[in-house]
Amino acid sequence: MDYFAQQLINGIVLGSIYGLIAIGYTMVYGIVGMINFAHGDIFMIGGFIALITFLLLVSLGLTAVPVILLIVLLVSMAITALYGWTIERIAYRPLRHSFRLAPMLSAIGMSFVLINYSQIAQGARVKPVPPIITGGYTLHEGSEGFVVRLSNVQIIVVIATIVLLAIFTWLVSRTRLGRDMRACEQDQTMAALLGVDVDRTISMTFVIGAALAAVAGMMYLLYYGLVDFFMGFVAGIKAFTAAVLGGIGSLPGAMLGGLLIGLIETMWSAYFSVEYKDVAAFSILIVVLIFLPTGLLGRPEVEKV
Amino acid sequence: MKSLKLIGLALGTSLALSTAALAQDITVGVAGPMTGGESAFGRQLKNGAEQAVKDLNASGGLLGKKLALEVGDDACDPKQARSVAEKFASAKVPFVAGHYCSSSSIPASEAYADGNVLQITPASTNPLFTERKLWNVARVCGRDDQQGLVAAEYILKTYKGKNVAILNDKTTYGKGLADETKKALNKAGFTEKMFESYNKGDKDFTAIVSRMKRDNIDLVYVGGYHQESGLIVRQMRDQGLQTVLMAGDALADKEFASITGPAAEGTLFTFGPDPRNKPTAKAIVEKFKSANIDPEGYTLYTYAAMQVWSQAVTKAGTTDPKKVMDTIKAGAWDTVIGKMEFDAKGDIKQIDYVVYKWDSKGNYTEINPKGS
Repeated sequence: MDYFAQQLINGIVLGSIYGLIAIGYTMVYGIVGMINFAHGDIFMIGGFIALITFLLLVSLGLTAVPVILLIVLLVSMAITALYGWTIERIAYRPLRHSFRLAPMLSAIGMSFVLINYSQIAQGARVKPVPPIITGGYTLHEGSEGFVVRLSNVQIIVVIATIVLLAIFTWLVSRTRLGRDMRACEQDQTMAALLGVDVDRTISMTFVIGAALAAVAGMMYLLYYGLVDFFMGFVAGIKAFTAAVLGGIGSLPGAMLGGLLIGLIETMWSAYFSVEYKDVAAFSILIVVLIFLPTGLLGRPEVEKV
Repeated sequence: MKSLKLIGLALGTSLALSTAALAQDITVGVAGPMTGGESAFGRQLKNGAEQAVKDLNASGGLLGKKLALEVGDDACDPKQARSVAEKFASAKVPFVAGHYCSSSSIPASEAYADGNVLQITPASTNPLFTERKLWNVARVCGRDDQQGLVAAEYILKTYKGKNVAILNDKTTYGKGLADETKKALNKAGFTEKMFESYNKGDKDFTAIVSRMKRDNIDLVYVGGYHQESGLIVRQMRDQGLQTVLMAGDALADKEFASITGPAAEGTLFTFGPDPRNKPTAKAIVEKFKSANIDPEGYTLYTYAAMQVWSQAVTKAGTTDPKKVMDTIKAGAWDTVIGKMEFDAKGDIKQIDYVVYKWDSKGNYTEINPKGS
């Protein structure tokens, strides 16, 4: 039981990071109907900006960890959001009324651009940081000496995910911007006729998605202690899978999908073999898609006349 | 992306070669992972080779000609290694020092054999490299079956009756090393409690760490590279697990400690006796230090590989790879890391692996110096 609890913690933390990235995929798909393949690399950019900001603050002599974390969070969200906005503006908007595949190909191209850009600008080596947040709590000491540990980093990752998810859910369901986004999702032409600035709304979608990816990037840096220019690829694929599993287009679905992928990987490694954890995760994805083609929480797409 | 880079590489190579040909230079190659997760080691190879070429040219070159160096980047990827090898072969480079990853050196060596290129690896320790009866391969480092033996001996002595887990990353090097260690342990009647593999490039090891915690593992032996080993150590300490990690020569770079931080303390690995401490290496280590390079890990091995080749070329009076290889295997060579002789397969005859330990300040030292 203790062992299960420990693995549950491991899985939830991993799943939170996947979920944060998955939201970016799902939001863009919901509104524009395209898969933003560059999103995993936006996550990587977020990680790098968090690293640079962190090193900058430390070299300026700042030592209070909570202050540093808050500044790093805000700066990396802001700058990564700017990246998200710029990419939409130069790579996707000009192609919006082109054929369906064009923006997707443009996104793949953008992904290569970002990978190579950070490889050249930041070097090809792994960039480690020493553990920033250390320590943790012993939750339970089992009879056979098995100790369930919850580290401070894990607490921060999960709390940050919950808080940000709450903020963005509120944003989408309660604000003017959220209403515009939902209107664009249903019918862009009609929304435009009713006075919704479609271009601006789509831009904001990319900005929000990128900001969440930046949070994921920062959490990744805190938790694993390193970033490299290629990390967006695998994480992006996993998060995309999470978005599809949860039902692409659905915000809670993306989070649920992320948690599930994280938990499946962890539990499979815990009770079966580590070697086949990815196989397990993708097999379950296939099974889910056979019985629920729109994912767990997705709505079937209504063909518009 | 990759093909673009390769075109760039090809263009660069051909340009450099055409100018080299004009000056009647001898161009040799150094190949390894200059980019990607293992690039710290690629840089060691490059540093060693560059210094060797500089020193050879300063002492009058080779056969009256100057040496020029080409760098090939395989990113520790077998496919890219093969194409780097083919580029070198088609450019008629007589000698390549490289590669680092065994999974790169092995496919590359076949392209070198077909293209009449002599290859000495400073770092690839998988036994298969010299076991395929290729005429063109040699290595100046040890082999994983020897390395595994030393690791197993240490484990048997220090961890008798304790719980040991063995992990590997499924690469030629990692799996090979883990298998050799397991074999040596099992032969002595010791059974490991856990044998698992992960993917090279994985970042999340929390599940496997919890498993080791459940099974009360005292020592985990990792057949794999330094990045994953560093993450495993870090995540073990995060979960309050004090298990000792032991690995192979892939941990011989400071980057390992920059991933783990002070948690590196106590981590063990096997490697040749520190080449930096050998009396033969003293002068050259000073030279590296003055250029602000710490010649750690395989830097001096690469330097030695260049020395073996250049001395054999001088003795044979030609750069013809086949003749040079025969000369190498017949003679004995003075290098920065000591005297070297090669057997018919291309392995060096004198091998000694020792166990190193990391301390909390990010340095490693031998724990059983020879003689004790």
